[in-house]
Amino acid sequence: MNMNSTLIGQLIAFAVFVWFCMKYVWPPLMAAIEERQKIIADGLAASERATKDLELAQAKATDQLKEAKAQAAEILDQAKKRANQLVDEETQRGHAEREKIIAQGYAEIEAERNRVKEDLRKQVAALAISGAEKILGREIDAQAQNDIVEKLVAEL
Amino acid sequence: MASEYTTTEYIQHHLTNATMCNTDTGIAFNKACADAGFWAIHVDTMAWSIGLGVLFLYFFRRIAKKVTTGVPTKSQAFVELVVGFVNDNVVSTFHGRSALIAPLALTIFVWILLMNLMDLVPVDVLPTIAGWVGQYGFGMDPHDVYMKAVPTTDLNLTLALALGVFALIIFYSIKMKGVLGFAKELSFTPFNHWAFIPVNLILELVTLFARPLSLALRLFGNLYASELIFILIATIGLWQLPLHFMWAVFHILVLPLQAFIFMMLTIVYLSLASEDH
Repeated sequence: MNMNSTLIGQLIAFAVFVWFCMKYVWPPLMAAIEERQKIIADGLAASERATKDLELAQAKATDQLKEAKAQAAEILDQAKKRANQLVDEETQRGHAEREKIIAQGYAEIEAERNRVKEDLRKQVAALAISGAEKILGREIDAQAQNDIVEKLVAEL
Repeated sequence: MASEYTTTEYIQHHLTNATMCNTDTGIAFNKACADAGFWAIHVDTMAWSIGLGVLFLYFFRRIAKKVTTGVPTKSQAFVELVVGFVNDNVVSTFHGRSALIAPLALTIFVWILLMNLMDLVPVDVLPTIAGWVGQYGFGMDPHDVYMKAVPTTDLNLTLALALGVFALIIFYSIKMKGVLGFAKELSFTPFNHWAFIPVNLILELVTLFARPLSLALRLFGNLYASELIFILIATIGLWQLPLHFMWAVFHILVLPLQAFIFMMLTIVYLSLASEDH
């Protein structure tokens, strides 16, 4: 094995290679790798954020849907109640109207009957008086017998 | 295996580096450099290692220049895979911030891996091509043209890497703990008593120097051995084909593993150096 100045030549070559690598090869490559790592990390973080946002939005949408459904049900409920109420009210009013009309009819009939009764009574009284006159053959002093007539009429 | 060699010559030929040196008569090669001593240089190791290092840096730099944070091209995805792999290891092992450790680890891993992968090129291909070039291009005897194409089988290279790491270990130790702190750590661990200072120093200095040595020898030893086995398999005739295949498949594991171990140990050593006990 012969050692010789190849050793020195190789030392110089080694030093130059390492220097060149340190100066011109390693930094740009490492910078690019680190830059890409950062980009990928950012991308991953962004996608994670987006996933979280999506979840949030979905939860919100579900909530809103539920709320809307509840509201719709409430409105429907109210409408039904209102409708029932209206029907009830109308029915009651109808009943009342009917009662009123019937009562009016009764009152009118009653009044008519009273009037007819009075009429009849008067006619019967007149008939009775004229009958009595015929029987007695003379004039009855209506004035004088008035109380009797009155009594008669009242009895009818 | 070329037939005009004996087995020993063949193996020796494959395990000899192409050497260049400066002699009195000008630049000389190979056998003329036998006594050039330290001032010879292994041309093949230098050329392949620098070539592969430049290839690595060129490819990564090209991607780094047009890097996009959006959808990456396939080659960018590949580069990012490698960078991410190295960065994960650095981050999980080295606590603290340093602009140097991670690029250092990347360079070590990819460069050593590329050099190790030269081991999978069939052992005769590159020496034969080099022999042709030497023979027909320069009129040389092809036996005198050497080409050891796996740079990590050259102890010069692995030791250079390890010494570079060692220098950084010293640098980080002093930077993080100060000269005094570093000296104190060497003197007072593992036995925290002044009487044990010499023992501590011996233990700690051995530990300290064992680190680059083990780094260099582990990589060199593994690759040299595996290359040697490849060459040995190449000497046995037709049966080399299934054996080569099996040995190569095994090295799909070994080669990246050795690069990974070198990188991990570098990170661990630097991490230890920059931590206070």
